[in-house]
Amino acid sequence: MQTDFVKKSILPGFTLSLGFTIFYLSLIVLIPLSMLFIKTSTLTFVQFWEVITAPRTLAAYGLSFGTAFAAACVNAVFGSIIAWVLVRYTFPGKRIVDALVDFPLALPTAVAGITLTELYAPTGWVGHFLQSVGIKGAFTPFGITVALTFIGLPFVVRTVQPVLEDLDPQIEEAAASLGADRWQTVRLIILPVIFPALLTGVTLAFARAIGEYGSVIFIAGNMPMKTEIAPLLIMTKLEQYDYAGATAIAIGMLLISFALLATANYFQWLTSKNLGKT
Amino acid sequence: MNSRTEPQLVRYLLIGIALVFFGLFIVLPLSCVFFHAFSKGWLVYIKALQNPDAVSAMRLTIITALVAVPLNLVFGVAASWAIAKFDFKGRDLLLSLIDLPLSVSPVIAGLIFILIFGAQGFLGPWLIAHNVRIVFALPGIILATIFVTFPMVARELIPIMKSQGNEEEEAALTLGASGWKTFWMISVPNIRWGILYGIILCNARAMGEFGAVSVVSGHIRGLTNTLPLHIEILYNEYQSTAAFAAASILALLAIVTLIAKTVIEALIRRGRAS
Repeated sequence: MQTDFVKKSILPGFTLSLGFTIFYLSLIVLIPLSMLFIKTSTLTFVQFWEVITAPRTLAAYGLSFGTAFAAACVNAVFGSIIAWVLVRYTFPGKRIVDALVDFPLALPTAVAGITLTELYAPTGWVGHFLQSVGIKGAFTPFGITVALTFIGLPFVVRTVQPVLEDLDPQIEEAAASLGADRWQTVRLIILPVIFPALLTGVTLAFARAIGEYGSVIFIAGNMPMKTEIAPLLIMTKLEQYDYAGATAIAIGMLLISFALLATANYFQWLTSKNLGKT
Repeated sequence: MNSRTEPQLVRYLLIGIALVFFGLFIVLPLSCVFFHAFSKGWLVYIKALQNPDAVSAMRLTIITALVAVPLNLVFGVAASWAIAKFDFKGRDLLLSLIDLPLSVSPVIAGLIFILIFGAQGFLGPWLIAHNVRIVFALPGIILATIFVTFPMVARELIPIMKSQGNEEEEAALTLGASGWKTFWMISVPNIRWGILYGIILCNARAMGEFGAVSVVSGHIRGLTNTLPLHIEILYNEYQSTAAFAAASILALLAIVTLIAKTVIEALIRRGRAS
């Protein structure tokens, strides 16, 4: 029976390693996550719907998705430029820049949170400047977007960069020798090839930003209806011992994140297909 | 002119834009942490780190990482052995399930353990009757950290093990080596850099996790406060210098992690080239 399930191999340890993997995965991830769905099932659908469509919940969802989307768009532009510059040009300090792109992933979110707040508060280095041109930095949706841009940058750079590196130089040379100017080549040849990778990176950054907590709560201001993100609302419900309400909001977020990740996987699949063709 | 590059002006402009954005979003925050940590001098910095609450927070953070990282390492090796060395049905599904914790908000990661072990949770009444504390205590913090860092070693090992194929192990086995001997003498040395890489990334995340731990810790000072939670408390109490002193330790950890990552990536590339 096992031969149907797994291709024959002389290597030992399949049952042991797969068994342990599934056991540990179930224990740490699958069973605990399924609790969310079991807990929500104690609510009727009407109750569930009331929780996730309450004005405060909708405001939190709207804020989380809106700022996450704005940050993803900023990263799409600047992340691509950074990836392009890192792959195509040489400049002093390039290797340090390349290594530090991952800094937002390595830096604990709470540290990122207090640092960005300090920078963008009215007394901070950037906040002071922003105030003089009439922009409020910290404690506004603008501040939340800044934090989410910081968190999302590596996702875009690190998905676009390898695709640019693998790009076949011959297609660009062919375009040029057929009379295309540089801008036409970039727009009509390079952009379409990196586009699926860019979408993957943007979607990953977006998904991460929706659930982000630590880097946001310090800079957000946390005013209900105004600057309260969805993860914080879950936290608030928990502190009020409203476990079912917290769970309902969590389920809403989770379903949307999973849909996004499925989208990202689809784009990734498109990328590998495109690269296979060229 | 080379057909694969842009006019010099455009090149400089793009490098300029990239560096300004990079400076604003990476360099500025990085320098801000250390600037604020040392803004009142070395003495205040050292004193903030010697505070008993800070010391106990550091100890708790280290204990948590010392439990979470080895467990996820064992899992990572087992999962990558099954997934990279064998071809079986449902392999892609298993891969996506392993990545699942990365797409779950840290707050939700904490929430699920409250739903199981909290006073109103599924096991809550039993735990209270037997006087076992999981959430708002060390086991909860460790569980939440394991969840959040769950795929970090496996994700690094699977592609490395896959790229190496099965030939060396098959040769060893045909020559009469036992399964375990083959594993320890052939497979483990082949993925040693990947293991180190996975441990470093997993450790950085384990020590820095904030959201999930914040939900399950209960914020009991000196008892269930990890370093990131300690930073939050100090910052909310307007003890900004002390908060940044503690934050600078974690920022330093992030930098060391990035340096180690860069070095190991170079070593892996060299290993592949030879």
